[in-house]
Amino acid sequence: MTATEAVGAAVEVVDLAVTPLRELNQRLHDLADQTAGPERWRVLNPNGAHAVACGLDAKLEVEIEGHVGYYCAGMNKLAAVRVHGNAGTGLAENLMSGTVTVDGNASQSAGATGRGGLLVVHGDAAARCGISMKGIDIVVRGSVGHMSAFMAQRGRLVVCGDAGDALGDSIYEARLYVRGDVAGLGADCVEKELRDEHAAELRELLLQAGLGDVDPREFRRYGSARQLYTFKVDNAAAY
Amino acid sequence: MATPLDSHDPWSLRESYLFDRAIIAEIQRAAREGIYDIRGFGAKRHLPHFDDLLFLGASISRYPLEGYRERCATDVTLGTRFARKPLELKIPVTIAGMSFGALSAPAKEALGRGASEVGTSTTTGDGGMTPEEREHSTLLVYQLLPSRYGMNPDDLRQADAIEVVVGQGAKPGGGGMLLGHKISDRVAAMRDLPKGIDQRSASRHPDWTGPDDLEIKIGELREITDWQKPIFVKVGATRTYYDVGLAVKAGADVIVVDGMQGGTAATQDVFIEHVGIPTLPAVRLAVDALLELDMHRKVQLIVSGGIRTGADVAKALALGADAVSIGTAALIAMGDNSPEHDEEYRKIGSSAGFYDDWQAGRDPAGISTQDYELAARFDPELGGRRIANYLRVLTLEAQTLARACGKSHVHNLEPEDLVALTVEAAAMARVPLAGTSWIPGSNGAR
Repeated sequence: MTATEAVGAAVEVVDLAVTPLRELNQRLHDLADQTAGPERWRVLNPNGAHAVACGLDAKLEVEIEGHVGYYCAGMNKLAAVRVHGNAGTGLAENLMSGTVTVDGNASQSAGATGRGGLLVVHGDAAARCGISMKGIDIVVRGSVGHMSAFMAQRGRLVVCGDAGDALGDSIYEARLYVRGDVAGLGADCVEKELRDEHAAELRELLLQAGLGDVDPREFRRYGSARQLYTFKVDNAAAY
Repeated sequence: MATPLDSHDPWSLRESYLFDRAIIAEIQRAAREGIYDIRGFGAKRHLPHFDDLLFLGASISRYPLEGYRERCATDVTLGTRFARKPLELKIPVTIAGMSFGALSAPAKEALGRGASEVGTSTTTGDGGMTPEEREHSTLLVYQLLPSRYGMNPDDLRQADAIEVVVGQGAKPGGGGMLLGHKISDRVAAMRDLPKGIDQRSASRHPDWTGPDDLEIKIGELREITDWQKPIFVKVGATRTYYDVGLAVKAGADVIVVDGMQGGTAATQDVFIEHVGIPTLPAVRLAVDALLELDMHRKVQLIVSGGIRTGADVAKALALGADAVSIGTAALIAMGDNSPEHDEEYRKIGSSAGFYDDWQAGRDPAGISTQDYELAARFDPELGGRRIANYLRVLTLEAQTLARACGKSHVHNLEPEDLVALTVEAAAMARVPLAGTSWIPGSNGAR
């Protein structure tokens, strides 16, 4: 290990049992304007706190040791945030860039409206995973709940398990890949051929998510039939 | 235009009240086209409004302030509850949220220029923040809407306040709508949507539902912006008493209540005309909730929906609002519906004074369009000057009325300064019918 690496490897530890959340987030935000400062952080005792490590804007590594509440890593840019536990509603909502990884399960609306970056959930994600996604990539090792990828505009959702009812309802241009069963497709969402280029991008996503053991050829691809893009009264029954 | 009445004995023709010409035309249009009518503007039906109230000027029992000589202040501070950097406005009139997409980029710029010139704020809309409007708006409120189009933490941090939009007066319970002919390349890119589609955005937020979640969401926005920015919550006027109470409980710094006369760029006519309550009762219900929670003047109240004149401004403030917002009136000030465009309005089946096809993107005034040539007709400097002029007139008029009632600040206007012209307005605004002590529905307790 070189000297530089040794300095970079110094880990700043913040215990939320004694340090207020406001202080943690402020210290993390202050690094957005600075070139120097701790790059690696460990957060102890989150105990389900909301808005942990949200609004980050620097190349940091943040490891959270425990369960978090709503909006963990919300609107994240650049940082790599990992939750060693479960996450509440709105995990990584409006993610811009960087990565957010959860070892456990994620509650509703994981990755909602995300515009970039990668969200990885190693357990299951609940309802509305990837709702209104706008460019984010989401990889779920387990299954996702109903209304996932509702109004999904851009980006890719990969589900290694099953998907709940009304997958991809009113979907725009996002691409969905599901390995297991789909309980039902939402309005205007259809199965599409999984061509070589899709298998290639899927392999790349799985590798990025650390799931290189999963075979991309076992997935099915879903996307928009583009029948609801312009309002036609003949489609009224679909609305 | 010749009407049948010109060529017939007018005494022999009787138009149905129930099936008047507008209704007949709409039934036949619906039968022809098979789709509901989508339009811009706000409610066109008659509604109880601030016109139904009058001020009791000072005389012997109260003395007035000298016009032009004695000061009547108009400053407002928004966001004193939690925000580290509250919004300091010089006048109690702000510009309401209107999207880039609904409006052209030069029109958004003009709103910023005008508002900045007189020391007030303007607001983004359902389409994200454009560099033009940020550059030309000294104080810019950034909306967080269900669609989250263009939502960006950098914009959140460079905004002067954040407005969580739950609903708007023209369509409480409805989502955004932008028809394909206004989804240009730039609009599409900002919204992450394909070009030219009919965009119907969500009516519920994607990551929170109900007041308990809203409190947590507001907490996240405060954390992201380090507790600097005032956080507004905007609701369309419906169950206003409860909504305002819940927004206070959720931690709002400022509450925006938009009455059913509030404008829209594109909404179903049936929604505009039949959902929500008028601005007049909404102000009173909002103030009731704030007073009951001991939050009046601590959580500021902005009222919008049909504000046109300084009289409307003064009456809203007298009923307890801290400020008002204008949308439709601002567009009109910039030249929308101007007689100078009448010939062109007629070519597209409308007329100056009637134009409400803001959804269509063919606005000859260059305001509600994304057509490059039409938008280029609009001069943002001239538009900005008109907005500034109009805002000054609204303020001067409100000051005139406040001085007449003996008030050294427009916020000192109070319900006691008002009487109502109609039984409806008396009941809704809870001020006495003129010449009586009767406030219908209040069991006479006051």
